[in-house]
Amino acid sequence: MAVAAPTTLEQIDWENPEQIGLWRDAWQRFRRNPIAVIGLFMVITITLLAILARIVFAFHLPFLQDYLTQDPANSDLGFFSKGHILGSDYLGRDILSRLLYGAGISLTIGVLTQFIYLAIGAGVGLTAGYFGGRVDNLLMRLVDVWYAFPDLLFLLVVVSVFGASLLTIFVSIGLIYWVDLARLIRGQVLSIKEKEFVEGARAAGSSPLKIILRHLVPNALGPVIVSLTFGIPRAIFLEATLSFLGAGIVPPTPSWGVMIQQGYESIFAHPEEVLTPAIAIAITMLSFSFIGDGLRDSLDPRMRR
Amino acid sequence: MASPLLRVEDLKTQFFTSRGVVHAVDGISFEVNRGETVAIVGESGCGKTMTAFSILRLVPDPGRIVSGKILFKDRDVAKMDDDEVREFRGNDVAMIFQDPMTSLNPVTKVGVQIEEAMTAHERFSVKEAAARVVPLLKQVRIPAAEQRLKDYPHQFSGGMRQRAMIAMGLSNEPELLIADEPTTALDVTVQAQIIQLLKQLNREVGAAIILITHNMALVASLCQRVIVMYAGRIVEQGPVEQIFDSPQHPYTWSLLRSVPRVDHARAERLVSIKGLPPDLVRLPPGCKFHPRCRFKVERCEREEPPLGDVAANQLARCWVLMRNVPEEQREETKVVEVSHEAAAELKQADTA
Amino acid sequence: MAVAKGAPARGALLSIRLPRSRGANLALYIARRILWMIPVLLFVITLTFLLMHLAPGSPWDRGGGRQLSATIVQNLNTKYGLDKPLPQQFELYIWNVAHFDFGLSYQYENQTVTHILLESWGPTFTIGVLAFALIVPFGIGIGVIAALRQNTWVDFLAVGFSTFGASVPNFVIGILLIIVFSVEAYHLTGGNVFLPPGGFGLDFHVVLPVIALATLPIAYIARLTRSSTLDVLRQDYVRTAWAKGLRERLVVMRHVLKNSLIPVVTALGPTFAFLITGSVIIETVFAIPGIGRSFVVAVSSRDYPMILATTILYSVLIAVANLIVDLLYTVIDPRVRLS
Repeated sequence: MAVAAPTTLEQIDWENPEQIGLWRDAWQRFRRNPIAVIGLFMVITITLLAILARIVFAFHLPFLQDYLTQDPANSDLGFFSKGHILGSDYLGRDILSRLLYGAGISLTIGVLTQFIYLAIGAGVGLTAGYFGGRVDNLLMRLVDVWYAFPDLLFLLVVVSVFGASLLTIFVSIGLIYWVDLARLIRGQVLSIKEKEFVEGARAAGSSPLKIILRHLVPNALGPVIVSLTFGIPRAIFLEATLSFLGAGIVPPTPSWGVMIQQGYESIFAHPEEVLTPAIAIAITMLSFSFIGDGLRDSLDPRMRR
Repeated sequence: MASPLLRVEDLKTQFFTSRGVVHAVDGISFEVNRGETVAIVGESGCGKTMTAFSILRLVPDPGRIVSGKILFKDRDVAKMDDDEVREFRGNDVAMIFQDPMTSLNPVTKVGVQIEEAMTAHERFSVKEAAARVVPLLKQVRIPAAEQRLKDYPHQFSGGMRQRAMIAMGLSNEPELLIADEPTTALDVTVQAQIIQLLKQLNREVGAAIILITHNMALVASLCQRVIVMYAGRIVEQGPVEQIFDSPQHPYTWSLLRSVPRVDHARAERLVSIKGLPPDLVRLPPGCKFHPRCRFKVERCEREEPPLGDVAANQLARCWVLMRNVPEEQREETKVVEVSHEAAAELKQADTA
Repeated sequence: MAVAKGAPARGALLSIRLPRSRGANLALYIARRILWMIPVLLFVITLTFLLMHLAPGSPWDRGGGRQLSATIVQNLNTKYGLDKPLPQQFELYIWNVAHFDFGLSYQYENQTVTHILLESWGPTFTIGVLAFALIVPFGIGIGVIAALRQNTWVDFLAVGFSTFGASVPNFVIGILLIIVFSVEAYHLTGGNVFLPPGGFGLDFHVVLPVIALATLPIAYIARLTRSSTLDVLRQDYVRTAWAKGLRERLVVMRHVLKNSLIPVVTALGPTFAFLITGSVIIETVFAIPGIGRSFVVAVSSRDYPMILATTILYSVLIAVANLIVDLLYTVIDPRVRLS
């Protein structure tokens, strides 16, 4: 029903938003979301504390106790006793120091894992979307199989088989959860491929891959950022779970999962020893979720309410 | 003289957004008589749809009817309680929406959706309602109605869905049918059929119709009277022939000039209206149309003109009035080529 | 499913165009899905099998320096068939699995894996079913009420709960529950009320684990239900329903929920997978002698047959759950056809 002449005034598109200000708009919307700002503030605080703690540990500065120094005479202390702000654990180690060291581990795993998600997810998604046909079919079947997998079970096996180092943990978490990203990017590539300008580029002899990449980045960046933001708390959660189940980070390295597992042994006598790391991990994951929610709402203009 | 079927008095509907108050409908008054066909025309965002939603008290959040009366047979809809409004909707006044693709529930059978429109009200018993579905579908010319009522909307074509919507609207024999852009989403040939159907139903059933549209061709083919809206207010109203022959408001004039007339030569001079409709949060002072008006005088920028009589039964809100604009001044317009197809399509809609 | 009568087959969702009865179509679809499970399972088995057997070390390695003597290891390898070449072991394993024989456990002498799984099945199943029974009504209920009362305190409360529940790990929730209800209640009442005293029974002791297990899925389902209901509330057909003068109940039940619950039903598949993952953690937190806990033990002692059997069992369960969800999906959404 293409009407060639402007028979209708509806064709005056006066609501077309400016494309240029998209990111600035998103930032405006993000800033106006108090929950998201709180999340961002918390994450920055936790990150700074973790970095600061590492510097203190590295230079043996006396602001914090050594996270590994045992002091059996002063074990299981409560909050604010004998210079231990958050108390000490069953070996007399300072809980605050261990908590701050563990923050570094959690954040490192959370962030590094995202690079693996991105590498595999983008690789598979682009390949499937770009080549289409049989390649796409095969890769998407793989994704289907991956979805049918009990993920934590697989993760436990991998980590226990290859030994629980920081490297195996974040690589195996990354290897398992790339599927969402692969689907997302494949979808974007397919929708760009359908557009006429890609055909035009092919006809004009220029590489359609270049065109797709040029259009993919601005279109997919928002959803990818959101997906990666939610990937961080998931990776932190998985590391903690693995350590809690005794398959993750090996003691005495104070990961939060390890601290929870060790504190859990004495939950009835000293509940605060398990409570402190449990709350730390809950706050960290909540903060990242707040940011993720905020980003999703601000990057997707349709979400405006 | 008997009171009109619907009398809207100084209706104001506003949206309370973070940007400020949106004056969607800004003090409009009009009447619709029994059996009459009235068109409300204007660009999108001029408040015509919100006027319709206000009449049915369907204004979505964060919007609200702020003041004014909506008298349907002398009862004020704005003051009804929830139960009364529910009984009023679909029973006294029914509405047909713009997009038949999205206006029907995709997971409920078409027959059920028509039937429930009747069982919601007391006019028909459950048994009668069930028995009426097939005749209604036949009335709107859906073939094989007995089988079709068991279909889901996705099994219907766009035109058939709009017919089903009309059947739903007519099911309670309402005295007023509001059709909000009923043909915009449809193919041109189907548009003509739908308009013809509405016309016929108006004649046979006697229901008054408010047609909301931006398509002047439809107005000419269906309606007796036109109300032109701009920026939430009425800028001109009057009988169709009179408005089409001698529009007095520059906006109406531009609207009409932007429609290619089929009875003219192949290439037609068309006027496109420069600029954008005003921001309904920050309205310009004076006449709301003056920033886009080619005939404005200094007074237009200061003072808003009243909606005054300009001819018998014709009202316009303008200090200048088109009859005072000399012919040669009107014609300095850009020429747009009108394709032959478009003209033919319009002719089809026009003669329907 | 619903075969179009003369309507243009535009969606091309239907891969088979031959007219076939509804029942035959359904049976064919189910058969095809079950067949598709076979390669999936083969993939799962192969991957897990290779991972375990290619890993450095053997199941008989013991921590702490005291190793078993070479003769004993030799004997163990012979007993469990680990002395054969890998392809032969794999072939044998697949053959046995095809006959529902999952072999002997390495850690519990002379106990078949099947026996161990059957013994620990009860607690896992009980907790899982109870959690699922909470998830569906609470998740959907909270989500729907929050959406219908958007931007009221009810909504804020629901959103707060679902954000919290969806981002706080379930073992943390378990620990918090224990601290509040067992530790603090212990101090208050002098009685250790809620924690399992050892063993497992269908009594008060399941309350905390079920809540800890169900919180995350409830939060997830509530969030999803809320956003899809808000989405549907803005749809044109809901406005049509109001414009017809329908009663609120009918608008909500027939026009809102019937549509907004479609994505929720599809999410029940992942929810089921959540429950399986969650049960591994929750059973460890609450010391429940279920499959999840025995899996954790099996992993740490490299009990290959146990690990493989549990993985297979859970893969099958997830696949079956997804099949049921897909069937359900075609029932509630007439636009979807089996293909």
